[in-house]
Amino acid sequence: MTENLTLGKALNAGLRRALECDDKVLIMGEDVGKLGGVFRITDGLQKDFGEERVIDTPLAESGIIGTAVGLAIRGYRPVCEIQFDGFVYPAYDQIVSQVAKMHYRSRGKVKMPIVIRIPFGGGIGAVEHHSESPEAYFAHTAGLKVVSCASPADAYWMIQQAIASDDPIVFLEPKRRYWEKGEVDTDRPAASFPLHAARVVRPGTDCTVVAYGPMVRTALDAATAVEGERSLEVIDLRSLSPLDLEPVYESVRRTGRLVVVHEAPSNLGLGAEVAARVTERCFYSLEAPVLRVTGFDTPYPAARVEDEYLPDLDRVLDGVDRTFGW
Amino acid sequence: MAKGNAAPARTRGGAKPTPAPEFVQLLTPEGERVDHPTYSVDFTDAEYRDLYRDLVIVRRLDAEATALQRQGELGLWASLLGQEAAQVGSGRALQPQDMVFPTYREHGVLYCRGIDPIMPLGLFRGVDQGAWDPNEFKFNMYTIVIGAQTLHATGYAMGVAKDGKVGGPDGEAVIAYFGDGATSQGDVNEAFVWSSVFNAPIVFFCQNNQYAISEPLERQTRVPLFQRAAGFGFPGVRVDGNDVLAVYAVTRDALDNARQGQGPTLIEAYTYRMGAHTTSDDPTRYRIASEVEAWQAKDPIKRVRAFLEKQKLADDAFFDQVDEEARAQCIHLRERVLSMPNPAPLTLFDHVYADGSPLLDAEREQFATYLASFEGSEH
Repeated sequence: MTENLTLGKALNAGLRRALECDDKVLIMGEDVGKLGGVFRITDGLQKDFGEERVIDTPLAESGIIGTAVGLAIRGYRPVCEIQFDGFVYPAYDQIVSQVAKMHYRSRGKVKMPIVIRIPFGGGIGAVEHHSESPEAYFAHTAGLKVVSCASPADAYWMIQQAIASDDPIVFLEPKRRYWEKGEVDTDRPAASFPLHAARVVRPGTDCTVVAYGPMVRTALDAATAVEGERSLEVIDLRSLSPLDLEPVYESVRRTGRLVVVHEAPSNLGLGAEVAARVTERCFYSLEAPVLRVTGFDTPYPAARVEDEYLPDLDRVLDGVDRTFGW
Repeated sequence: MAKGNAAPARTRGGAKPTPAPEFVQLLTPEGERVDHPTYSVDFTDAEYRDLYRDLVIVRRLDAEATALQRQGELGLWASLLGQEAAQVGSGRALQPQDMVFPTYREHGVLYCRGIDPIMPLGLFRGVDQGAWDPNEFKFNMYTIVIGAQTLHATGYAMGVAKDGKVGGPDGEAVIAYFGDGATSQGDVNEAFVWSSVFNAPIVFFCQNNQYAISEPLERQTRVPLFQRAAGFGFPGVRVDGNDVLAVYAVTRDALDNARQGQGPTLIEAYTYRMGAHTTSDDPTRYRIASEVEAWQAKDPIKRVRAFLEKQKLADDAFFDQVDEEARAQCIHLRERVLSMPNPAPLTLFDHVYADGSPLLDAEREQFATYLASFEGSEH
């Protein structure tokens, strides 16, 4: 069956299906129950699955993740909601020191099938701490996997795949895209496209643009805007750890040019890692250095200037133009 | 004192005129049995002797590990010296179905669970980082980050309740160990909140050994630690942590309350860390000899021996036999530590992920090729 859903509704439907399929799946977080989450992603789930499975927790993020570790040891599969990106840091120790390392230090005897959902990124006019892009912190940590969905169809399937995974997964949701609609084929077997795989979302021949999460839409809009002048190939990374760069290598070998786009600051961000690996693997194919179009190396700014901070269509195209300057 | 500050006067500058605290005690330092209105034990003669045996063996194994560290066979050791009664008393109070979340010092609890004392030594030797299955032994891996395990224990206890395993004498209870320093951690306070509002079947067992490395209790708290429980809405009790009988009675009671569905309890086992924080510490820099001597008089093992002798429950042959058993276990432990192999280099890539990672596989392959490039390499 194909439905036209917003990204937020698709996540809700995916969570619902996961709760139906496995009674070890729990949802826990602040306001996820009666309220359905501040973005309503868990809307109606507590009503249908009960307070034992959809748990309104005390207001303490380390507690959410730390108790999820214990529940996972007990055999549960907790799906934790961190209300906003900027609120994940109190849980950072539990995520990095405990969640990420438990499987390793137990030599595979303890699995941590925990999903940490984080609405991330800016563009919604929010106050500070509500618009951050913390993905590099987590992608840098061995033992964690990090993914980000960019479309309703991916949201629906990726959240289910993440919950089914025996590895802990930081699941980054592009909050400003929650209300964007798309076709979701709810019959497609989940395994038909792997969770940790990048995907070419728009083929092209002149320059490769790599993005993930909220910037995929921006990159696609940029490609449409220059249609007829330049042919941009847009790749959605989807998995930030582990990275799946084979489609990027293949693309860059054809186009010779690469622009990496993300909201997070450039310094030591995902773009740096992509650039390093592409340079190593595609050195003789590159016509220009890999360029990054990113947020600036400042704290996330006040809402009235966030449009200047966030990469937009024009800045993406400026980056593309610059690669042709070499 | 600042104007308007109604806080009680605090002691300063290391002078500690603290009176002996009130706590549950069933066996005095002199080995006299005393009654308590709430708590009691009903051991057979053989069980009293068993407790003595546990205490002695646990102390001797600990001393052996300290020696192994001094000889370079372990990288580090966190000695439990002085805390044997707190660990044996609480460890023996556990039912087989109960789950333990230790710090990195609960070697005595581990022993009482019937677990081979070699198990945590891989971590201290540096050949692994735990590597055991918590569910197999009902004993979680050691946790180094202070207080983090109290949240794990709480989550596990919530899972026990979800599984319907509370509410009867066969119910499962969870015990979380931590120290006085950990009570300042956010995680411990969050664990108190969580376990309280979810009525989790858990016992918080705080071994107040008076020091967090060099920092005395006064740096962590202005109120007795067990009193904190009241603010979270569950009972707190202080027990003489050097009295194995009282620790047993108090812990058993708290575990039974948890398994029956009555929620958490905080136990403060009032004890003293006779040795260093770990083998990398030098306690002479921050505490005075007379304080240590005062606690030597409250030794947890001496009082049980005095009790056994006074009650004529054991003779010299028994004490000699326990010493011999402890010695044999230490030799056995030492032999096995010395023969622990170093991990093969490429195993450092194992088990990072349950479902694997192509990037990591490539890294491993690259490193294997590098290792193999050396002449005579076996890799």
